[in-house]
Amino acid sequence: MEIKSPTFKNNSAEALKDVNLQKALGKVRTGFIEKRAQAADALPEFEDLRDRARDIKDHVLDHLDLYLERYTEKVEAAGGHVHWAETAEDARNQIMEICRRLNARTVTKGKSMITEEIGLNEFFEQNGVTPVETDLGEYIIQLRGEHPSHIIAPAVHVTKDQVEEDFRRAHTQFDPKRNLDEPTTLLGEARAVLRQKYFDADVGITGANFLIAETGTSIIVTNEGNGDLTQTLPKAHIVVASIEKIVPTLEDVSQILRVLARSATGQDMSVYTTFSTGPKRDDDPDGPGEYHVILLDNGRSSMLGSDYQDMLRCIRCGACMNHCPVYHAVGGHAYGWVYPGPMGAVLTPSLIGVDQSGHLPNASTFCGRCEAVCPMRIPLPKMMRHWREREFERNLNSATARYGLGVWAYFAKRPSLYQFMTGLGMRTLGLLGRTKGRFKGLPLAGGWTKYRDLPAPEGKTFQQQWAERQKAKRKEAA
Amino acid sequence: MSSSPPAGPRVGLFVTCLVDLFRPSVGFAAVKLMEDAGCTVEVPAAQTCCGQPAFNSGDRKDAREIAEQVIRAFEPYDYVVAPSGSCAGMLKRHYPELFQDDPQAHERAENFAGKVHELVSFLTDVLNVTSVDAAFRGSVTYHDSCSGLRELGVKDQPRKLLKTVDGLEIKEMRDPDVCCGFGGTFCVKYPDISNKIVSEKTNTIRETGAGTLLAGDLGCLMNMAGKLKREGSAIEVRHVAEVLAGMTDAPAIGEKGKG
Repeated sequence: MEIKSPTFKNNSAEALKDVNLQKALGKVRTGFIEKRAQAADALPEFEDLRDRARDIKDHVLDHLDLYLERYTEKVEAAGGHVHWAETAEDARNQIMEICRRLNARTVTKGKSMITEEIGLNEFFEQNGVTPVETDLGEYIIQLRGEHPSHIIAPAVHVTKDQVEEDFRRAHTQFDPKRNLDEPTTLLGEARAVLRQKYFDADVGITGANFLIAETGTSIIVTNEGNGDLTQTLPKAHIVVASIEKIVPTLEDVSQILRVLARSATGQDMSVYTTFSTGPKRDDDPDGPGEYHVILLDNGRSSMLGSDYQDMLRCIRCGACMNHCPVYHAVGGHAYGWVYPGPMGAVLTPSLIGVDQSGHLPNASTFCGRCEAVCPMRIPLPKMMRHWREREFERNLNSATARYGLGVWAYFAKRPSLYQFMTGLGMRTLGLLGRTKGRFKGLPLAGGWTKYRDLPAPEGKTFQQQWAERQKAKRKEAA
Repeated sequence: MSSSPPAGPRVGLFVTCLVDLFRPSVGFAAVKLMEDAGCTVEVPAAQTCCGQPAFNSGDRKDAREIAEQVIRAFEPYDYVVAPSGSCAGMLKRHYPELFQDDPQAHERAENFAGKVHELVSFLTDVLNVTSVDAAFRGSVTYHDSCSGLRELGVKDQPRKLLKTVDGLEIKEMRDPDVCCGFGGTFCVKYPDISNKIVSEKTNTIRETGAGTLLAGDLGCLMNMAGKLKREGSAIEVRHVAEVLAGMTDAPAIGEKGKG
């Protein structure tokens, strides 16, 4: 996937002007937030569960090698195959090798952010394989030639009217005069189109929400059941998952599942929670003939032991972006790569470099709402700040910003000089602003006054007035 | 007014740079509120800013030096109080973080942090103030500033005291806990996005029909006042301390003086 994070400012300016996008984003601002709050409030032990979920993942990350080994043994004991992929390219090649061996022409896909990360669809198309997205949201954006703008609601940036337009354009086999006013009609039409694709597919690819070390099982959670059809009907099921998806036991995963759907959509549980262990056994009525797991690192092992290790606890619920005022304003595409919102602002620099994605950890007000709702208690603002530190160390921020900060810090560290200078400055500004009480524009304050007035200072600083008051008091006493 | 604690504590007022420069009347309101509650308030001269601009720009070195300066200046006091959730949050939550690699300095920062409070929560939670002696004619809506709310748990305290102001009516806005889009340097680094966020905020403020907007942080207040004034709104904007102290003679934020 092309990296557009360096042009975040332009991307967001475009996003702010996009009428359809702004209309679609209205849903995020209300729906997700209310539902999560209700679900969290309805479960008295929700906060304790968050602690436990965090502790489970922290334990895994401290013993990741051990659990990955155990997981691999269990997958192989169940007749599956584990392929270790250090890079996105390794993963693509391993997947392609399996597809070639099975002579695959069509591949169905369950919703998976990790296959976005490795650019799998483009790679398939370049190699003569047709990928078919089966999640409704993913299917819609595939028709539109777009990428997901949200990690659990990939088409959240699209309005219903736009979907109707896309379906009329793509589904020419149906009566052009058919009624597509209702969301359920759109869903029915997508289902009818997709049904045959499941049977046509030679290989089914899914991601994984969790990998269980104890049993060698992969888990996906979905609401449409498309994942089940994707993985059981074809000749082979390929699971693509990053290494930090490991959880020790079934008991552990059931704890984390209790916070996942509540944080994501406000459901107690997703409609489907599907456990897959190995290929079809002799006495199974159905299932894939082959079961493969691509275990992707792609930079994650270098996050272990770093300032960013906590990010590997993320279970991709999307609560951080659902609650983010910046995401609400510009949507997911503005972030310019696979992962948007606060989690993307931390993860993207880890995966593609902060020199490519420096805007992301900077474009935050540090309002802290993301951390407040993160089921895994990931300190997202703190880690964004750590990225700003890396940028500052490497001189990556603009010369003007560094200069301004340097001048300010020089004075801030010299209180007497600071008070003398600010005393003069505020008196002048106070006099200038006296008649109106505010400024419509001021030199060097364009970033502020482009959209809002600047309230004028009252005149004398507090320190000046306080000093005068103390002096008068002393006089009185004398 | 509730009874003040025995042997009135000695409080160092951390004025905050914005109050010092733009709105000293908030500082004097803070002094009055604490003196009324029996405190001896002093204002160390060796203070400028809490260091957030450096800290949040990734400049840890300058942030640390400023933190050392603040800790040195305020160590002699029983309490350190700021009329801002954001600056108090910096002193209380982030100063210790800055010294994590130096056990001695870290312990010093932790001890210092233990004495730091945001003004309104200091009045209610430490001094046990349950009511104020002030009057205000009209309706207000209160915005929860992010750092005060999420780093320090300031939410009910200002509302509790506001309810005891004679003649004042609170009209809650939708989502008072949603960011106003200020974010320190964020608002000038990403003005387009900041504008979108503050526009959503002023919509919810106007919907309440309240005549006055209050909050506990001058940064957020200047942002929202600046937007409301640009939009031509007549809603007045003040720091909550001004209303609680009954000191509302000064023109509201961004309004011209009388005469």
